[in-house]
Amino acid sequence: MAVCIAVIAKENYPLYIRSVPTQNELKFHYTVHTSLDVVEEKISAVGKSLGDQRELYLGLLYPTEDYKVYGYVTNSKVKFVIVVDSSNTSLRDNEIRSMFRKLHNSFTDVMCNPFHNPGDPIQSKAFDGIVSGMMTQTG
Amino acid sequence: MQLRMAGSLSELPPELCCRPMAFVALTGLDVLYNAVHRAIWDAFCANRRADRVPISFKVLPGDHEYPKCRTKRTSYEWYIPKGILKTGWMNKHLNLVPALVVLFYELDWDDPQWKEKQSECATKVEIVRTSLQGRNTKVAVVLIQKKTPLPPGEDLVASERAQALCNACELSGKSLFVLPHTDHLVGYIIRLENAFYEHAQTYYYTEIRRVKSHKEFLNKTTHQLLFVRHQFKTGFFSELKQDSQNALKYYKTAYSLIHELRAHETNILEIKTIAGFINYKICRLCFQHNTPLDAIAQFRKHTDLCKKKIGNAELAFEHTAWMSKQFQSFGELFDEAIKLGLTAIQTQNPGFYYQQAACYSQDRKHLAQQLCQPGMIYPSPDPLDPQTGGLDFYGQRPWRQGHQSIDPPNTEKEKTGILALQIKEREVPHSELIIALLSNAVAQFKKYKCPRMKSHLMVQMGEEYYHAKDYTKALKLLDYVMCDYRTERWWGLLTAILTTALRCAYLMASVKDYIIYCMELLGRASTLKEEQKSRIEKNLNKVIMNEVPDPEPQCDQSSLNAARSLWSDCMALAGLNELTIEVQDYIPFIQCKARFCSPSFHLDQPIQLQVFLRTNCPHSVSFNKLTVSLSNQEYNQWCVMESSGQETMNLLPGKTKCYNFTFVAKTEDVGKKIEMTGVEVMLGSDHSRCVYLGWRGAGGDAASTHEALQASRSSRRCGRNVEMQQELEWDSLTLQQSTMIISRVPKISVHLNHQPPALNNEIYCIQLTVQSQEEGVAKDVKLTTGLKPGQDANLGQTTHVILDDAKVCDDTAPALLPDILLGDLKSGEKLEKCVYVRCVSTGPRVFLFHVAYSIETTVEGRQIICKCHKDETVTVETLVPFEVSVKFLSTKFEPLDQVAVDIPFLLMTDILSSSPWPLLLVSSSLQLATMVSNTPKLQSQLQEVVLQSDECASECFCLRCPPLTNTNTTVATGQYLISWKRKSSSTDSPLIQTTVTLPHVILESVPLYIHADLPSFGRVRESLPVRYHIENRTTLVQDVEMTVEPSDAFMFSGLKQVRLRILPGSEQQMLYNYYPLMAGYQTLPQLNISLPRCPTTSAHTLRRFLPQCIFVKPQGRRLDDASIAAA
Repeated sequence: MAVCIAVIAKENYPLYIRSVPTQNELKFHYTVHTSLDVVEEKISAVGKSLGDQRELYLGLLYPTEDYKVYGYVTNSKVKFVIVVDSSNTSLRDNEIRSMFRKLHNSFTDVMCNPFHNPGDPIQSKAFDGIVSGMMTQTG
Repeated sequence: MQLRMAGSLSELPPELCCRPMAFVALTGLDVLYNAVHRAIWDAFCANRRADRVPISFKVLPGDHEYPKCRTKRTSYEWYIPKGILKTGWMNKHLNLVPALVVLFYELDWDDPQWKEKQSECATKVEIVRTSLQGRNTKVAVVLIQKKTPLPPGEDLVASERAQALCNACELSGKSLFVLPHTDHLVGYIIRLENAFYEHAQTYYYTEIRRVKSHKEFLNKTTHQLLFVRHQFKTGFFSELKQDSQNALKYYKTAYSLIHELRAHETNILEIKTIAGFINYKICRLCFQHNTPLDAIAQFRKHTDLCKKKIGNAELAFEHTAWMSKQFQSFGELFDEAIKLGLTAIQTQNPGFYYQQAACYSQDRKHLAQQLCQPGMIYPSPDPLDPQTGGLDFYGQRPWRQGHQSIDPPNTEKEKTGILALQIKEREVPHSELIIALLSNAVAQFKKYKCPRMKSHLMVQMGEEYYHAKDYTKALKLLDYVMCDYRTERWWGLLTAILTTALRCAYLMASVKDYIIYCMELLGRASTLKEEQKSRIEKNLNKVIMNEVPDPEPQCDQSSLNAARSLWSDCMALAGLNELTIEVQDYIPFIQCKARFCSPSFHLDQPIQLQVFLRTNCPHSVSFNKLTVSLSNQEYNQWCVMESSGQETMNLLPGKTKCYNFTFVAKTEDVGKKIEMTGVEVMLGSDHSRCVYLGWRGAGGDAASTHEALQASRSSRRCGRNVEMQQELEWDSLTLQQSTMIISRVPKISVHLNHQPPALNNEIYCIQLTVQSQEEGVAKDVKLTTGLKPGQDANLGQTTHVILDDAKVCDDTAPALLPDILLGDLKSGEKLEKCVYVRCVSTGPRVFLFHVAYSIETTVEGRQIICKCHKDETVTVETLVPFEVSVKFLSTKFEPLDQVAVDIPFLLMTDILSSSPWPLLLVSSSLQLATMVSNTPKLQSQLQEVVLQSDECASECFCLRCPPLTNTNTTVATGQYLISWKRKSSSTDSPLIQTTVTLPHVILESVPLYIHADLPSFGRVRESLPVRYHIENRTTLVQDVEMTVEPSDAFMFSGLKQVRLRILPGSEQQMLYNYYPLMAGYQTLPQLNISLPRCPTTSAHTLRRFLPQCIFVKPQGRRLDDASIAAA
């Protein structure tokens, strides 16, 4: 379903990034990294107009020929990015939203772990499991 | 043009990309030799701004041959089209077939040879008409005249001859123009060209009608290609007619028609080519109509439809080239629209199209590498050279032009054709194309705030330069963006870039770059596998040992030999063996952190400095020298560690090593900061190659700040502390870049003894006791005392400081006694000094007692002289010792507002102590100015009085004001002097004299003074004689009326009512005998006095001098009387 899922820290370095093993991993790293341009722009635009009242889901960040990149920002400015194959037309906005919500819940669990140091890369089996579920599940 | 078409099938022809304008041919103008004609031509061409009608003009000779018109087809029944669009068609209508031919002819209405000229003109028109045989092109005649024409209707000859000329030339009146060659040439030209434009529009309108009329003859089976062609043509004519709305409509229809064509391998190129053309036209018009979203939607549809139409698999690169071109030209259209005012956004800007174009170009390069085998021989005869002299139709193969059936006519020809194309493709400079597109995209993304996208594209550019073997440019780009990825902490991407960069550096044999990239790839940010790191570390060691490193994997085999020879040249070169690398901004494989063990050191302590080193690479690292440089370079000699002999210093992977340095600070550095300016580690040795790794300041690198932050956040730290005692935790090590040298701790005590608060004006004594606890002799003891500098400047003026009544402040530092030598102080010796302070104003003051001395000590076996000092400060509040208040009273102790001349009154002073300490009032005195004492000798009533806190001492003086000569109504009284001191102070301590200026009084003069002599008390039923003295104080004789009012309490004898006359300066006495009737305080009978001559003085004013009451004692009882009464 998703081909790449990434969690990016507030300071824009990756906390977690995983992509389908069949394709070039580096390419996805670049895709996620470049999408941060749009995320940053969207966050700063929202900050100006609405203050704290903002939606976490940022929607489609930018279209490429091959992939669709969606973004989500938590209140603590941690970013989630999901990359979906452009050919996968069955995915609707709602489903993407629910994926992000699931990801956010799982991320919150990771943060609640007293042994996890926020800012360190995520190393959690539960989180891995959720991500794997999203990547293998067929749309 | 045709040649270029053959060369690159994906290019868009210029006649497609230009803006079509009506074509008007001008004949009969001799622009070379005729100045008038030249001026006319210039007026047509020059200044063609947007407000002029869109026409392209061309000067042609009168007998110019226009392209021949083919005979009109009457039936399409047997006609099978050979292609969609002929290559020459657009050019023909833009540049060859005019919409209007204008014939210029010099002829005035009154020309003497009118007849001949008229027929010559008619002949010329005829020649033009003949060469336009079969075309609908209009013809117009312009007469160039020397004379300004008369207004229409007035020149009868003119209208008559115009009619005749029209008839001769078979022209309608609308096609004949007159151009007077006068001053207003440009104005006439503009009117002319507007008229031409109308004719041209009519021409294109008829052309559109003509093309449309073919439609009814066509059928859907055989003439599918013609449907597309005709729609395209009507669209193009509409554009020429400047009817862009209809043009867009026709092009859109053409676009949908073209996708209805049956596509197969032989015609797919043609379909794509024409689809690309039409798509280009649609997008261009959409941008022109300011509907960019339509343009984007059309382009998206176009690419989606064509993406899969690859065509011949052996020529797949042709398809990607075509796709790339589609994206590129759309990007260019988009960019052009932006330049004309369209606003783009971050997620929809031309950059994306350039990027995608680059992406397809990259695919093209890969496909070309796969499909085009090297070493093939170009077939002969050249299958790409159509013998007919160019392609007839766009998008067709030169070796089978006009072929429209599914299978190629000749498989052999097809093969050689493909081979030729493949060989041609090998010559294409793919990398150049890709880099150009990427750099276009970079420029766009920079504009639309996409720094990361920009970096990504620059990486791609760098990689492309690497593939193109331009390693210098590749490194420049990669180096530039590396920093961004490093600061954003995307290690995976950084590692990938570094790997490419390392290859470049290897292939260029750039030693310094090679070492830097190796260092960072071995560092902790690198995501390389252990075996990779191990290989790189070995290579790095080789370079340091001045050996040629092993080649990087995945390098182009052909470049390897060149690289090897470069390396060996490089190694052979002597003198370049020393390299310094600033590693602070990288994430090198050796980490360094340095610190002073304390933020400050006393001068008599040795300064301790620690350098921690650690490495993360797979094998141990050895180095030969470690140096720390400090801000004061004299200390540098103490901070060098060198390997001795054969043994080098080693760093084991993952283990932290600590190197300690100690040195003694110099006396003159007291109060200064010592800073680390850098740490250097030397790899290699003088025999091979020295590589200095330099850290600025106290070490750390691009990633260490973040790591330290994470470590400080970590919750695990506390729990592990116990077992981690020995092993220093690297991340939580903090840097301490500088330390302060502070003076040695003094071993003396300074005590102050005083009794605060200070009293105003008092000489306040502060006793200072200095005692040495040093073991040696404290030399040159100096005392600086007084007001602490930095307080309110006024305090200096109102404070006086005296030391042992010997030293007084000078003007330079008011209230501060600097550097008073007190001599040497032996161990245990004590020194006492008294500092006297006089504060003239109240308020708090800070006094400083600074005792400085020098002493010799030994640190680490070195003898140094330390300067020590001890400061004591004390804050002293100054208070007013007492408040003095003064009252004026009458002799009856009634308060007075004003004082009468020459009449005695009382002055009463109250001294209220506000001092916390008892005060001794030694004496007090009055210094009278105008007043005189009423008593013979003024004596202080307060001598030796002790006043406790809040107690009050009062004094009373009887005074009189002598008559004054001047007319002043207020007079100064004088001063009140009080001498006092603290009760606790010693007897010999000086007295303090406080002077209080007494208030002024208001004087009044009375005409009549009256006073009474009466006893201090009366007794009931005993005679009480009262004598009133009435004095005339004026220079006039005064009549006085006196009455005594009866009173219940008294009987009296004397004159009840009397009228007196008193001479100036004399006095009258009146005697009354009062006889009290009641005991107690009794009001005396009221005496009323009136002065008829001086009515201002009322009885009331006079009455105040007289006693009002008297105490009457009850009748004394004699003993016998008492007993009688009792009986």
